[in-house]
Amino acid sequence: MISQIIFTVIFTGSILWFFSSLKKIRDNIFLGKKVTVKGEVKERLKIMARVALGQGKMFTRPVAGLLHLIVYLGFLIVNIEMLEIVIDGVAGTHRVLSFMGGFYDFLIASFEFFAVAVIIACIVFLIRRNILKIKRFHNPEMTKWPKTDANLILIFEILLMTAFLTMNAADSLLQQLNADHYVKAGAFPFSSFLHPLFSGFDIQQLIIVERSAWWFHIIGVLLFLNYLPISKHFHIIMAFPNTYFSKLEPKTALDNLEAVTREVKLMLDPNANPYEAPASNEQPGRFGAKDVTDLNRIQLLNAYTCTECGRCTSVCPANITGKKLSPRKIMMDVRDRMEELGKHKRQHGNVDDGKALIRDYISEEEIFACTTCNACSEICPVNIDPVSIIIDLRRYLVMEESKLPQEWTTMLTNIENNGAPWQFSMNDRLNWVNE
Amino acid sequence: MSETLKVKTMAQFAAEGKQPEILFWVGCAGSFDDRSKKITRAFAKILNHLEIDFAVLGTEESCTGDPAKRSGNEFLFQMQAMVNIQTLNGYGIKKIVTTCPHCFNTLKNEYPSLGGNYEVLHHSQFLQQLIDEGKLKVQGGSFKGKKITFHDPCYLGRGNNIYEAPRELIKQLDADLVEMKRCRSESFCCGAGGAQVFKEAEPGNKEVNIERTEEALELKPDVIATGCPFCMIMLTDGVKLKNQNENVKVIDLAELIAAGL
Ligand code: SF4
Ligand code: SF4
Repeated sequence: MISQIIFTVIFTGSILWFFSSLKKIRDNIFLGKKVTVKGEVKERLKIMARVALGQGKMFTRPVAGLLHLIVYLGFLIVNIEMLEIVIDGVAGTHRVLSFMGGFYDFLIASFEFFAVAVIIACIVFLIRRNILKIKRFHNPEMTKWPKTDANLILIFEILLMTAFLTMNAADSLLQQLNADHYVKAGAFPFSSFLHPLFSGFDIQQLIIVERSAWWFHIIGVLLFLNYLPISKHFHIIMAFPNTYFSKLEPKTALDNLEAVTREVKLMLDPNANPYEAPASNEQPGRFGAKDVTDLNRIQLLNAYTCTECGRCTSVCPANITGKKLSPRKIMMDVRDRMEELGKHKRQHGNVDDGKALIRDYISEEEIFACTTCNACSEICPVNIDPVSIIIDLRRYLVMEESKLPQEWTTMLTNIENNGAPWQFSMNDRLNWVNE
Repeated sequence: MSETLKVKTMAQFAAEGKQPEILFWVGCAGSFDDRSKKITRAFAKILNHLEIDFAVLGTEESCTGDPAKRSGNEFLFQMQAMVNIQTLNGYGIKKIVTTCPHCFNTLKNEYPSLGGNYEVLHHSQFLQQLIDEGKLKVQGGSFKGKKITFHDPCYLGRGNNIYEAPRELIKQLDADLVEMKRCRSESFCCGAGGAQVFKEAEPGNKEVNIERTEEALELKPDVIATGCPFCMIMLTDGVKLKNQNENVKVIDLAELIAAGL
């Protein structure tokens, strides 16, 4: 009875804790501007099903793709097991779902299969990250925490799966010994290899092993749940909404700022009286983005979804040729800045802490280096669009601060005066016909 | 090239009270850059050869605003766009063909929400259609059996999913099409986009166009084919810097086709 109460308290507590973290993240995302979402729900759901649920973009890197698929399936399937653990924990039952008979045996056997596969995959991942020199795991933005974060989660998973197998091994021995409470249920093709570890254990000792592993497993899972919101592994949740809100327009199509459209129309309309311009209700917003509050909520959602896998950076022509720009760093900076500003807002009630995304996090040099080739957004396994953020930051520098490379100033003046980025006369536009 | 081209402007069509089948949007590079002008002439030659009824805007054409937009000057972009849309709509233009993927992308994707709605085609798509319809017969000529690799322009491929038309055109020449390691949706940028072609690159350890040129040269091709005047500029520079301009030519799709007419 005592253990049931303890279990229920721990379980409810960690679920509440998890939801309060979710709320903070939601508030942080809502620092951004509202966006109107265009496109059909059906089409969006399809993209979500293909990219997030079906891992549609993971297999451009086959090795990583396969390993990830194993961990992902393992995660999904072992979660079903959680259902039973929770019921048992609250009700004090043991293997409550075992009434399913043969199907239950099959379920437990496949959980074990995945537990082993996940352990192997995680070990390979650890080797890839820490021993093999795969460049994208060693970029400058992969500093202490991002590295530790990735390793922690892998070790976490290995421990959880080991606890699960240990629990099963002890349980099946108890079943063989006809111990009270331990109903005969389940098939244990993998954990039975652990039996020799417990040779000579009596029922009491086996129960201690089984119970410890059970508690370790469930508390581990609950800790894992609450670790997610502070980790890049939050993508296992965010990938779904994020892919739902994917950009549907062609990749290279940039949005046309509406505020600018209004002004340009006024400027071009000879009959317009600027003083009569209908006052719009909106704040006279900023052009482009200086801080996360100028970005929109989908862009901020993108940042929370980033898995820091670095695929984007590994295909970025600027990064490959040694420039500072790294699209992954852009996404990490946006997330860090959001967290910082959100915290400031919760503590002080306003969103001015004297800092900004530009310069405090992202330098001009990075912003100006992007060729807008969209290699990053093409390869991103969770459909993140770093280019839209880079362009918004550029817009701010160029339109609000007139901070831009000298050659661009010349180019823009040429367009303004001659209708071409080079200094040629409009009248020479047809010269090619007779050359 | 010295053959005379027959090119009429929209203003001339309007004066005759006629409407051309298509508007050929030449673009700034196609109008002013010496190398790109050859692409423009080659495409006009094909249109003349097939007696396609086309017009250009001539002195009424202005920059689409692509470099202004990508460099962050949305104001200038929209000014350019609005003026161009006024011109295009004034002439009642329905269908536009262009040899520049940047113009293509802007006209097709960014003009509609500003009031400019047209059917926009890249010349590779347009030529492909003509071949499919049996109107254009292509001969390999001097390119027959030559090793050609195609560099996917970002604004054509990743941007607008046009991967097949350029390759189909090259196959028509009975050429040996070889692919680079990074091709199609994983193609590597030439380094020009995002208005980068108009400024020095940020500090790094290599120029983007050199990286791409090296990748192409690894295949030991006779020809690097492109479908973008800016890729043309970047790759031609790259090939020159690698001292390979005697052995490897950078040629636009329109030129490949025009050469066999
Ligand atoms: S769009 Fe910009 S950031 Fe993304 S890969 Fe290309 S150059 Fe890099
Ligand atoms: S933006 Fe996408 S590709 Fe880049 S690190 Fe994040 S998840 Fe990976």
